[in-house]
Amino acid sequence: MLELKGVSKRFGGVVATDNVSLQVAEGEVHALIGPNGAGKTTLIAQISGSLPTDSGEISFLGNPITKAKQYERVRAGLARSYQITSIFRRFSVLDNLALAVQARSGSSFSFWRPVAAEAALFEEARSIAGEVGLAEKVHSLAATLAHGEQRALELGLALATRPKLVLLDEPMAGMGPEESARIIELVGRVRAKLTVLLVEHDMDAVFRLADRISVLVNGRIIASGKPEAIRADAEVRRAYLGDEVAA
Amino acid sequence: MKRTALALALLIAFPLAMLAIDHLFYVSFASRVLIYAIAATSLNLVLGYGGMISFGHAAFVGAGAYVASIAIAEGVTSAWIGWPAAILASALLAWVIGAISLRTRGVYFIMITLAFAQMMFYLVNSMKAYGGDEGLTLPQRATLGFGLNLGNEVVFYYVVLSILAALLYALHRLVHSRFGRVMVAIRENEARVEAIGFPVYRYQLACFVIAGAAGGLAGALLASHGKYVNPNVLHWVQSGTLMIMVILGGLGHLWGGVIGAVALLVLEHAIADYPIPWLAQVAPNYQQHANLGVGLVLLGIVLFAPQGIAGLLSRKRHA
Repeated sequence: MLELKGVSKRFGGVVATDNVSLQVAEGEVHALIGPNGAGKTTLIAQISGSLPTDSGEISFLGNPITKAKQYERVRAGLARSYQITSIFRRFSVLDNLALAVQARSGSSFSFWRPVAAEAALFEEARSIAGEVGLAEKVHSLAATLAHGEQRALELGLALATRPKLVLLDEPMAGMGPEESARIIELVGRVRAKLTVLLVEHDMDAVFRLADRISVLVNGRIIASGKPEAIRADAEVRRAYLGDEVAA
Repeated sequence: MKRTALALALLIAFPLAMLAIDHLFYVSFASRVLIYAIAATSLNLVLGYGGMISFGHAAFVGAGAYVASIAIAEGVTSAWIGWPAAILASALLAWVIGAISLRTRGVYFIMITLAFAQMMFYLVNSMKAYGGDEGLTLPQRATLGFGLNLGNEVVFYYVVLSILAALLYALHRLVHSRFGRVMVAIRENEARVEAIGFPVYRYQLACFVIAGAAGGLAGALLASHGKYVNPNVLHWVQSGTLMIMVILGGLGHLWGGVIGAVALLVLEHAIADYPIPWLAQVAPNYQQHANLGVGLVLLGIVLFAPQGIAGLLSRKRHA
């Protein structure tokens, strides 16, 4: 579904991603793990299109998208969420989600008719709010939500674009165990409908959710395979997993 | 709603009151204020709602002023030709300037819009056929037909007021439309708007062009009002004045541009025309430095009322 061939990105003298090749198959949850600074977020930015790629090729659903703009990729069904919460803080939860729905339903070069009159937009926004567990909070300002709720809205914004593949950049960042469990459950639910590329530090979550795992170290993929194989891989253990999993 | 009705009622009654006390000069002054209100409102769309810090809005006001003036100077006095031509020219200019400037961000955007406006300033300075640096004096104001004589200060005032009212209503509709929601969202979090599938650049460019077009109309009115236009209408100080009006009145408030224009111009006028005896004793020339007073007021607003006077009045942001 998503294929990367020899994808690289450098910032001056620093190589952030180095000749990365990766395949994400339709319907799977593919986890991308690796130590801090391994280049995971850079890779997500390259796939989503917010960061141009220096070399290599990216294709999605069989079409080359290496040069496609970010919004074009989103329209093709490739959405992302952010590690650092990126929402419209001064909008209500409903307005946040309705905007994302608006992006894929009809032209927004409409200057006269009030958005508020478009019941369909808000109905769908409500249903997405329900999906991510924010049904009770639709009228709250995003800025006033608790951290876990903001993370849920962050996911909701990505899901509201109705992606075929969603890139989740550390969806559980900064969450307590209870909130994490809720996100794990949510990802478990959406996987039935779409493909997920998951960047996550929480190894418990990764091994529970992932069908396959790729390990990124210093910008390079050092291993890619089934969770059991990754767990057993000597190089991965040395480079990243260490004693945490071995114990 | 009540406040809007009250403001409109006051604006409608103003010339009648001035006629009653025989102070026609103030009607002409008020027309000038309302024209600046139109210009500032158009900038507010870009600056307040769109979050684009354009430091070259005078280019669009100036282009409109010059196109409308040249039309009159060449004998085409009908406002129905001159004003649409001014709007079109400014829209086109905004499209070109925006298409290039909007590829940059932050300080670069501020500087590049400023640079374009200054280029326009020097361009009209060198247009010797139309007065060059001395400006262009017009034999008359534009003509409107329908028995409306724009040469009459009261008629002119009501025409300007009608245009301002129409513009405010259009802005109100726009802000609550799909397009308006996208613009405000871009101001709040540009990266996320792109990440949910909007081509941010196109929306910003459209917003920039709409604002430029409205600025052009303000320019056309300004030229007719004074029956005179000179390159200073494009000077960067003019862009700065419009920015001050918007910030003073309230960024992203429907009435921000209007309140800012009224406050700034009335304040300038008051400082220049009504001496404060004790201050005049300490600083005899203070009235020639009205900007000092304006600067102090602006400082106070920025420090204590970052949402401008409109923010103080309503405590509610319109978008």
